[in-house]
Amino acid sequence: MIMAQKTVLRKPRGFIDVYKHKPGAEKDRTHYCPGCGHGILHKLIAEALEDFDIVDKTIVISPVGCSVFAYYYFHTGNLQVPHGRAPAVATSVSRANPDSVVISYQGDGDLAAIGGNNILQAANRGENMVVFFVNNAIYGMTGGQMAPTTLEGQKTTTTPYGRNVKTDGYPIQVCEIINQLTAPVYVVRTSLHDMPNIRKTRAAVRKAIMNARDKKGFSFVEVLSMCPSGWKMDSVPAQAWIKENMIPRFPLNTFRDISENTPAVERPVPVMDPAEVKKILEYDALSDSNLQKNSDAAYDKVAVRIAGFGGQGIMSTGIALANVGMEYGYNVSWLPSYGPEMRGGTANCSVKIQEDTIGASECTEPDMVIAMNQPSLEKFEKIIVPGGALIYNSTLISIEPARTDVKVYPVPITGIADELGDTRVQSMVNVGAFAAVTGMFDPGEIENLMSSLFKGKPEKVMKLNEKAVRKGYEYVKENFS
Amino acid sequence: MPRKLMKGNYAAVYGAILAGCKAYYGYPITPASEIAESASLLFPKFGRTFLQAESEVAAINMVYGAAGCGQRVLTGSSGPGISLKQEGISYCAGSALPCVIIDIMRGGPGLGNIGPEQSDYNQVVKGGGHGNYKVIVLAPNSAQEMCDLTMLAFDLADKYRNPVFVLTDGVIGQMMEAVELPEPITELPDKSDWAVYGTADSRHLINSIYLDHDDLEKWNRELMKKYKIIQKNEVRVEEYRMDDAEIVAIGYGSCSRVIRSAVDLARERGIKLGMFRPITLFPFPVDEIASLVDRGFKGILTVEMSDGQLVDDVNLALKGRMISDLHNRMGGNVPSAQEICEKVSELYGV
Repeated sequence: MIMAQKTVLRKPRGFIDVYKHKPGAEKDRTHYCPGCGHGILHKLIAEALEDFDIVDKTIVISPVGCSVFAYYYFHTGNLQVPHGRAPAVATSVSRANPDSVVISYQGDGDLAAIGGNNILQAANRGENMVVFFVNNAIYGMTGGQMAPTTLEGQKTTTTPYGRNVKTDGYPIQVCEIINQLTAPVYVVRTSLHDMPNIRKTRAAVRKAIMNARDKKGFSFVEVLSMCPSGWKMDSVPAQAWIKENMIPRFPLNTFRDISENTPAVERPVPVMDPAEVKKILEYDALSDSNLQKNSDAAYDKVAVRIAGFGGQGIMSTGIALANVGMEYGYNVSWLPSYGPEMRGGTANCSVKIQEDTIGASECTEPDMVIAMNQPSLEKFEKIIVPGGALIYNSTLISIEPARTDVKVYPVPITGIADELGDTRVQSMVNVGAFAAVTGMFDPGEIENLMSSLFKGKPEKVMKLNEKAVRKGYEYVKENFS
Repeated sequence: MPRKLMKGNYAAVYGAILAGCKAYYGYPITPASEIAESASLLFPKFGRTFLQAESEVAAINMVYGAAGCGQRVLTGSSGPGISLKQEGISYCAGSALPCVIIDIMRGGPGLGNIGPEQSDYNQVVKGGGHGNYKVIVLAPNSAQEMCDLTMLAFDLADKYRNPVFVLTDGVIGQMMEAVELPEPITELPDKSDWAVYGTADSRHLINSIYLDHDDLEKWNRELMKKYKIIQKNEVRVEEYRMDDAEIVAIGYGSCSRVIRSAVDLARERGIKLGMFRPITLFPFPVDEIASLVDRGFKGILTVEMSDGQLVDDVNLALKGRMISDLHNRMGGNVPSAQEICEKVSELYGV
């Protein structure tokens, strides 16, 4: 004799026993209206979480809409989030807890209107999450306004004459859009309007949740759902309304199901060990800043402005000077002209090298200007302090500087670099010339720094730049001593 | 001391790594893009998360999620991007989520330009999103401080469960200086009593909804109480040559660098100028500025790269007992030491 199976009706363990977060006295029932589809979908999810024994590792994200209070019910980790942003929040939640099952539970306004980009981008990244998209063609929470999925001609509180597709656009078919992306593994549309379809929804819910458990990536379940309150209908006609009006516009379909052949999403384990962190940041290669300063140098501090065309090594000259200054134990600063100014036009930077704490980093009254082209000479020679120095690129500048109260060093910078066979070494010619004028740096020490200044560059590049420093240095020494 | 030459924007990311930050979520914008770029370079080396979000709004919401999961998390942007993030920052404050946001200020309003400005002061210091909340605001003025104060920002964020801003301008973000790299932190704070880890023990709720009016008022009062404690404990300032000064110039960020130069220049000209620099903008050094009145200064000059946003707070702190003058530049222009000195001479007849 076959025993009749005993059916125990009880709340699935995926739900909290007593809805403690829910205000008011009724802590045993949901806030959803009679006939609403949310309760059915909630139950299908809660059952699946229990059946797969993953209640503990599940995190539910509830954004704004009727499901804003989903956290009242699910016995999981919960984050309540801003309108439309559940997929963005779910992204970082999933990245932070890669072993968890992350559920983004969203309505149509939330997902397809204000959060339209967020859902597309999370789907496109193939984030390991399940999105449940409750499509009831209306804004329920705010009292029945038009949703992106509101049907053509449908009356809502903001389409009192019916949705006019000429002015309001067409109902958006989200599954069809998501299905255009490469990354999602499961895209399906089901309905809650009758028992056979609830059973199909149940299967889809379980499949999607299993995908998340197995780290298969992005699963998207759109569920057509009744909103009798928003539609101003009784529950039974609301079910019929889905069948007659929504399904023709939103065909039920499994658009994609490739999870079986998709490998699990893998996330790295963060390195937090201090010793390992220091190793990765190459603390061993940091500057000791212990080169001996030259006490007889003509300059013990300098503010230098370097200017020329973009591509003339203006920025790299400045960075090299700051780096060498740092090696000598000075305080150094380097400030570029930044942004579009750098593209195509002229570029300039300010470098300060001194013992004291550096105040303003822009050299508004520099001790020295290095001008690589004529416009820069004209612009910047004016601001040199009286008694300061002007190094200019005599290869490209044919005019005489106007200033007579500064020391002038015409140096064929481009010419020297070209002679060495590579115009790009102009920067290091500048550095050599700077060393000779200021006496602050020893060219031999600069040569010793090549491996850190040109880290990762081939040996021949370092050698060439060594020569450039030497040539720049010697040119000044030979011609202006 | 071992040092590395780096941009302020890079130094902030080094600070984040050293502070145990596990995730960076951001969107590119000049002059803050190097923060995202250096994070994209560095974070993967540590198996930590870098994600270029689809928008500023998405980025701050990703920060919300990561913070809710107990991670130290960073984002960076500039004015227009910060405006977009404000809703999410309000949610972080309302849900008491610790996170760090770097704002490299640029010129505004609107698209403005990418030059340095300090015009996000109000939208950052006053808690620019909706609702009653404040964020802690640290204002570095060097590459070194971009590293150090970013590390501090993570500690303060966790200590008070509150968003913390590192607020500076394009100059400090873009300039390179030699940075002494501190030791990495050895231990992260325990957040197991509230963070969501996807485990049976961490079935917590991250939420800013309080439907009951009394409940929400209570929560607002708790926040007020927290901000009061922050005001009491966390004010940080720097003074330079204030001991014998007769006139004081107040400024933060790159303005304070220029003021330092102006102080030295003024002294060469026989003018006894000193510098008072707020390092924290919330908490604002209200008592410290109020006490300037008792220190007998002849004049107080606020220097800022905005339209009087800082001087308003200085004058609130002075409570009408003195009035600070204003010297400001905008649109991407930075004041020079020379013009500050001239302004001081003109205003105070020295």
